[in-house]
Amino acid sequence: MNFILDYYNYWVVVFLMMAGFYIVISANNLVKKIVGLNVFQTSVFMLYISMGKVSGGTAPILVEGVTQYSNPLPHVLILTAIVVGVAVTAVGLSLIVRIKRAYGTVEENEFEHKDDAI
Amino acid sequence: MFILDIVSSILLIAGVFFGFSGAVGLFKFPDFFTRVHAASVTDSIAAILVISGLLLQTSFDLNTAKLVFILLFLMITSPTASHALAKSARHGGLLTLAEAKTENKGADDKQEQAH
Amino acid sequence: MAELIDLVLLAMLALTALRIIFLKDLFAVVMLFGIYSFLSALIFINLDAVDVAFTEASVGAGISTVLMLGTLALTGRKEKKNSHSSLLPLLVVTVTGAALIYGTLDMPPFGDPDNPVHQHVAPRYIEESPQEIGLPNMVTSVLASYRAFDTLGEVVVVFAAAIGVLALLGIRRKKDSDLESGLKEHKVLHVIAKIVIPHVILFALYVQFHGDFGPGGGFQAGVIAAAAFILYALVFGLPNTLAVASPKFLQWMASFGVLLYAGVGLVSMIKGGQFLDYNKLAADPIAGQHYGIIIIELGVGITVFAVMLSIFYAFSSQAERSNVQ
Repeated sequence: MNFILDYYNYWVVVFLMMAGFYIVISANNLVKKIVGLNVFQTSVFMLYISMGKVSGGTAPILVEGVTQYSNPLPHVLILTAIVVGVAVTAVGLSLIVRIKRAYGTVEENEFEHKDDAI
Repeated sequence: MFILDIVSSILLIAGVFFGFSGAVGLFKFPDFFTRVHAASVTDSIAAILVISGLLLQTSFDLNTAKLVFILLFLMITSPTASHALAKSARHGGLLTLAEAKTENKGADDKQEQAH
Repeated sequence: MAELIDLVLLAMLALTALRIIFLKDLFAVVMLFGIYSFLSALIFINLDAVDVAFTEASVGAGISTVLMLGTLALTGRKEKKNSHSSLLPLLVVTVTGAALIYGTLDMPPFGDPDNPVHQHVAPRYIEESPQEIGLPNMVTSVLASYRAFDTLGEVVVVFAAAIGVLALLGIRRKKDSDLESGLKEHKVLHVIAKIVIPHVILFALYVQFHGDFGPGGGFQAGVIAAAAFILYALVFGLPNTLAVASPKFLQWMASFGVLLYAGVGLVSMIKGGQFLDYNKLAADPIAGQHYGIIIIELGVGITVFAVMLSIFYAFSSQAERSNVQ
């Protein structure tokens, strides 16, 4: 029982990561692939935040009478990573818009054969 | 203090009940407009009850003020959201269950939006 | 108790991810992704990461959902039937997942205070930052002071992403100003938006300047302020918003924020310290730290606001007339 309590968080993170990975490699539509990448990304964030958690600790904001705080370092790394992540997602989505304009489709198996058209 | 705790738990339990009934309605009701009705129960009365219950648990400091602000914003925004949802469904030509049965598929899509 | 909440939230998260895999309707997929982001924000709160939860709720759930919906308006909302077999991806995913699960067994137990990750620099941040920096919120101290150079890099990445999006899409100005958003008839929305938008901007300013003491800071504030303008654009139409905050102005603002951040570093060098060494900014080191953190958070907020709004402009000005709802 203790063994499960110690690790369930990491296992769910791996499950989510694999769900995102599956969407990225199996989805046909590019927008869905981006959603999959985001799911993957969020699972990585969750892995970091899980590692920063200290049981019995509290949020890393100084309060009188509290000595046990969770680790602030993963929070800092992930906070900036989320904003950078959405900026990169925006670049990916704008590439998709350009692909739609150039090829007329965003389905992977459809523009495979249209490479010569451009 | 003891009485406050009892009142607050009654409010919280009532809020949870309404939230639950909203969730059940979302799954059980037949078409889009009835579902929006169920979803807006969660947004309005359940949220108001839960936050009022929490208000009684605070010691009337900054947290109380924050909760009051959240309550005010919810009371403004959530009915607006339900209204906008229902109105744009109507605008987009979605018919009620009585008017057409063939539109059910569109209602399914809109239902995702209602979450 | 916290574990129970955690388990329920994680189960909901896993179900949402599974549903995303099998749905073909992309509109529903994007909406589910919004729910997924909100759920993960709740988990972050449960794991004590309040700043991260705040960012995830405003950025992950807010802005990325809007951007994805903007893309869907241009590319269509149905995924076509996949011709490939899904057996090979499933195999790859299972094997990778099994390897990763095997790997997690070597991880230290979840939440144990003796884990290696809590031994190295974290105790110093937790014990000494309140004295060295003088701020209660350790995340802000680490983000804006100890790791300020890293944060400068992140801000530059966000800025570069805006350049990338503008280079790829550009902002098309429509000549005909009577381009309608069908929301014209929504009188209720107009009134409510006019009530809510000023408060959202006020809240953004609160988050910006209260970030030293509670959850918040430049990243979140910039996104919230951008969300207020996005709401304005959605309800009153893009041309009206372009009149309020023109793309040119936003480009100036985005670069101004980065320059403000880097400028603080240069000033601290002129005063005889290292790059971004705030101790030298004022006679008293702690006062110097406060000045430095407030100014660079402001730079971050300005850049993030301008970048997010420019990206939104780029996407929503692409929408052709027929697609504007």
